[in-house]
Amino acid sequence: MTTPRTSAAPSPPLTWSLRGRGPLDVPVEADSPPEPPESGLVGGSGRGVRVCVIDSGVERDHPVVGPVAGAWRVVKDEAGVRVEETGEGDVCGHGTACAGIIRRTAPECELFSVRVLGERFSGSGEVLLAGIRWAVRQRFDVVNLSLSTTHVRFTEELRKLADEAYFQRTMIVSSAHNTRVESFPWRFSSVISVGSHQEDDPGLHLYNPTPPVEFFAPGQKVKVAWLGGTEIRTSGNSFATPFITGLCARVLSAQPRLTPFQLKNVLYLSAANVRIRGGP
Amino acid sequence: MEQSIKPAPPTAAPPDPVLAELLQSVVDTALAIFGAEASSILLLDTAADEMVFEAVSGQGQDFLVGSRFPGGRGIAGWVAASGEPMVVDDLRDNPSFDRSLAQSTGYVPNALMAAPLVHGERILGVLEVLDPSPGARSALSELDVLALFARQAAVALQVLLPRAPEPISADTRTRDELRRLLSEARDLLGE
Repeated sequence: MTTPRTSAAPSPPLTWSLRGRGPLDVPVEADSPPEPPESGLVGGSGRGVRVCVIDSGVERDHPVVGPVAGAWRVVKDEAGVRVEETGEGDVCGHGTACAGIIRRTAPECELFSVRVLGERFSGSGEVLLAGIRWAVRQRFDVVNLSLSTTHVRFTEELRKLADEAYFQRTMIVSSAHNTRVESFPWRFSSVISVGSHQEDDPGLHLYNPTPPVEFFAPGQKVKVAWLGGTEIRTSGNSFATPFITGLCARVLSAQPRLTPFQLKNVLYLSAANVRIRGGP
Repeated sequence: MEQSIKPAPPTAAPPDPVLAELLQSVVDTALAIFGAEASSILLLDTAADEMVFEAVSGQGQDFLVGSRFPGGRGIAGWVAASGEPMVVDDLRDNPSFDRSLAQSTGYVPNALMAAPLVHGERILGVLEVLDPSPGARSALSELDVLALFARQAAVALQVLLPRAPEPISADTRTRDELRRLLSEARDLLGE
């Protein structure tokens, strides 16, 4: 991916209206989405796209996951909450499972890990928030979040972060809760929210005509990478989400300048249940 | 991953008999519904960063109650930290699956289902079901059934657990919650 998406350029001042400037002053170099439906809407290999997995860590040198380009953990102690580099892999298997699905879907993407679970005090909304904030500020292209928080007091801060990500073109792909629970940030329109479908097709994704869960992806008895270089089968929205993350990485590697709303549109147009009027 | 189970300390306070019976009935029922080899309720002891077996049905029933193991790790640790249920299969072929922990429980499962025990925003512990019979499983809906049991256990804990910070005052809310649970149970059972 070219530098404009990933470099930490200083933020321009907020634009409230277009005064003293015309259309020629605000040119936009864009990529058009491919023509639906046969031309490979989700083409690309993920090459050059930086994907961050916020979870329980990712096991190093797992044969299914491949290289992890960088790993950090969120630590909370008496001194507060901070993010530091870590050599420790995964303490549970869940993050490795997500990373493996992303690798399988977008083989050439660059994978990064931020561990927010597995430490003492981890799993708190505060630690999750710190991990998301850090990932957004690193301007990753795609962030996989197979986690959510039910703590309402973090909602506003999460919403701001999700908006910040959206406007800087960091696509947060966020798992819906597995039970009928209100949690965040998957409820926000600025992220891509994902739930499971029950079909056997491992490459099938669907658009949900009645959001807030916007897309469904394979999440039932999915073969996933697990600790010790092994694989197991597991079910849940957690594992549908990285499939959509992988699709985003593939799309962005072919068309790096797509905005989050265009990216959503590509997923929408390529969903198996979306029929274009007049199309085949 | 090295983990070990500590047996219940001999000085532990005797469990509340009503709480023990209620939790035991939850794990017994979960065991029966899923045709499982074992079912257990683990409570989170945040001060010690440990999880404690509070009720066990099936394998380990005779000796696991009161045992402790480090929190934050493994599948139960992930479920307790994330507040999400989880189902995993093919564990027996997996050399790294909390083997030391599983072996010290006297039983190494091939499949495991775990759901958090949640009350409001608090996670009290985890309900686990080991080796559910394939016939009793129905893919994603098994998570719903498990989550329902977990909520029953969580409500029971909320009412009876002396450590819970907001105990009996939640009577009406708890009764409403129980009513909701009953109605959802009927829905799930197709009544």
